[in-house]
Amino acid sequence: MKIVFNGADLDTDIPDLAALVTDMGLDPSSLVIEHNFNVVKHDCWAHIPIQDGDVVELLNFVGGG
Amino acid sequence: MSFMQLADEYQTFDFQGYFASVTPEAVGASLARAGQMNCLDHRDLLNLLSPAATDFLEPMAQKASALAVQYFGRTIGLYAPLYISDFCINHCTYCGFNSKTDFPRTRLSLEQIEQEAKAVSGLGIRHILVLTGEAPAKTPLDYLEKAVALLTRYFSSVALELFPMDEDDYGRLNKAGADSLTVYQEVYERDLYREVHPKGPKSDYAFRLLTPERGARAGFRALNIGTLFGIGDPRSEAFMAGLHARFLERAFPYVEVSLSLPRMTRADGGIAPKNLHSDTGFVQTMLAWRLFMPRVGINVSTRESAAFRDQLIHLGATRYSAGSKTDVGGYSVPSNPGLEQETTVQFEITDTRSVDDVACMIRAAGCQPVFKDWEIF
Amino acid sequence: MEDRLILGDQSFSSRLLTGTGKFASKDLIAPMLEASGSELITVALRRVDPKARAQDNILAKILDSVTLLPNTSGARTAREAVRIARISRAAGCGDFIKIEVITDMQFLLPDNHQTLEATNILAKEGFIVLPDVMPDITIARQLHDAGASAVMPLGSPIGSNQGLEMAAMIQRIIDTSRLPVIVDAGIGRPSQAACAMEMGADGVLVNTAIATAQDTALAGQAFALAVKAGRMAYISKLGDQSATARDSSPLTGFLRG
Repeated sequence: MKIVFNGADLDTDIPDLAALVTDMGLDPSSLVIEHNFNVVKHDCWAHIPIQDGDVVELLNFVGGG
Repeated sequence: MSFMQLADEYQTFDFQGYFASVTPEAVGASLARAGQMNCLDHRDLLNLLSPAATDFLEPMAQKASALAVQYFGRTIGLYAPLYISDFCINHCTYCGFNSKTDFPRTRLSLEQIEQEAKAVSGLGIRHILVLTGEAPAKTPLDYLEKAVALLTRYFSSVALELFPMDEDDYGRLNKAGADSLTVYQEVYERDLYREVHPKGPKSDYAFRLLTPERGARAGFRALNIGTLFGIGDPRSEAFMAGLHARFLERAFPYVEVSLSLPRMTRADGGIAPKNLHSDTGFVQTMLAWRLFMPRVGINVSTRESAAFRDQLIHLGATRYSAGSKTDVGGYSVPSNPGLEQETTVQFEITDTRSVDDVACMIRAAGCQPVFKDWEIF
Repeated sequence: MEDRLILGDQSFSSRLLTGTGKFASKDLIAPMLEASGSELITVALRRVDPKARAQDNILAKILDSVTLLPNTSGARTAREAVRIARISRAAGCGDFIKIEVITDMQFLLPDNHQTLEATNILAKEGFIVLPDVMPDITIARQLHDAGASAVMPLGSPIGSNQGLEMAAMIQRIIDTSRLPVIVDAGIGRPSQAACAMEMGADGVLVNTAIATAQDTALAGQAFALAVKAGRMAYISKLGDQSATARDSSPLTGFLRG
């Protein structure tokens, strides 16, 4: 299926948001996921399936002024 | 356009009515606006010269003093007057040289002028102001030309305070080496002018009024004007002189314009001063002029007392005369051959200190006495 | 009566706001916060680069006692700013949001129009909105009407360390604004921070100058002291300034004497 991940097209067969983070080898504690323009809380990641045409933003807080 | 148009405009102006109507708020507003070139208009100058402004002298002084430092630095130029002839055909009722006054008149020969020049330049003075009465027959142009040429050998700057001439004559004196021109209107109020100048060429108000403009066109690099305080109403006279100076600044941007504040002293012969200008009034005039024209020069003569002049250093004065003698031959008598006779002073010197003493006072006040800031090459 | 900075429904004893950008190491942030006593610090939200191995969690470096002020940096429209604000709040950063909408990439100057639009939306959603703007008294008034909790005029361009280039305009905002005024951007020296506080600003936000100092904790402390001194001077109502010496030695006293 095709999704838009962080503004770019991505072909993936990953089932849910939690798996997406694990697959990328990222530390989940600092991450923010926006799924179809809704922020999803950490404990819901595993329950949100990824579907064709989803828009996923993977964000984190960085230094800024 | 000449200054005559402005002078005409203000002939019918109700000065006293306006001065009486000025409120402290109006003075405060004018003072708040002051601080740069040309940011004050005629009305502001009137406000700052009004009786209401006498309560604002200290803040006016602080601002004027800062402006003077900004535009001139902490310097005071020094000059001395040199009277070469006291012949005069005018009848100025207030003047010691008045033709009706009976005293032996003197006109220096070129040799005697040179003696005087040596004596004055020996005091350290490098800027000289040459004066005569008005008697063109006694001091014809070629005599004046020779005198100027001689003086340029002793002085860096030769300024003239003679009598109103036409542009061509001024051009010749300028070519001979004179670089500056001083002419006082004495009194801007026309009726009074007629009253105190009943006879002689000086009774021509308009010709005198336009003298600085002719001088500027003839090539003088500096003009000094003023009103003789004591004749007319000091506030309106100060206003007209200020207006005149600004007119000249704008009409001749390459010319240095300065103002003097001569006050009649008791020895000015003739009439007693009608409108005495108090020390407070004198200071107010100086400050108002400075706020109105940040880069105008302000000259203070030895008519003023030493103590008073010491204070004026901090109030925006820019040039002082020093060691002055106001009688013909006064610097070299009696060693100057042929000058043993008693001479008459044009006005009584009040600050009788030597040039060195005045220079010391200027240094003590934290300023630099400048003997020479100009030289013709 | 303690002198506190009130923003929305919260209040702070420190009037120095700090930032987390440009530090040589994230580990310098906590000591800087300790040393400066700053109680509000900005953070930014960015897309994760999955290829970058080290995902530094900036939030873990910030003391719990310090309030987070997420910014909307990167936003070029009101809509983007609103989106970033909502994500930040949903991610647990609280109700504070510093709005930065920059459409000018040459000077990085804020777009007042877009900023006002974003403020309108977010204030209605209960955010404590601190908008960055070009100093302008009209925008300050409109932001107040839109429900902002403060107005944050630029001292000079972001990160420029040029100080209070906009001093005259900022002064006019201070003189007329009903909102707290926090000078943000361009403050490069403690003296400039003190100067802003003396002018009557309610706070200053300093990031680059502290973060790029050799000793960031000491710099933070220096700015904190400057902000305190400037605030005290403002409250003490120092005598009027004048361009020249005054009355300690009058120039015209001799006329009365």
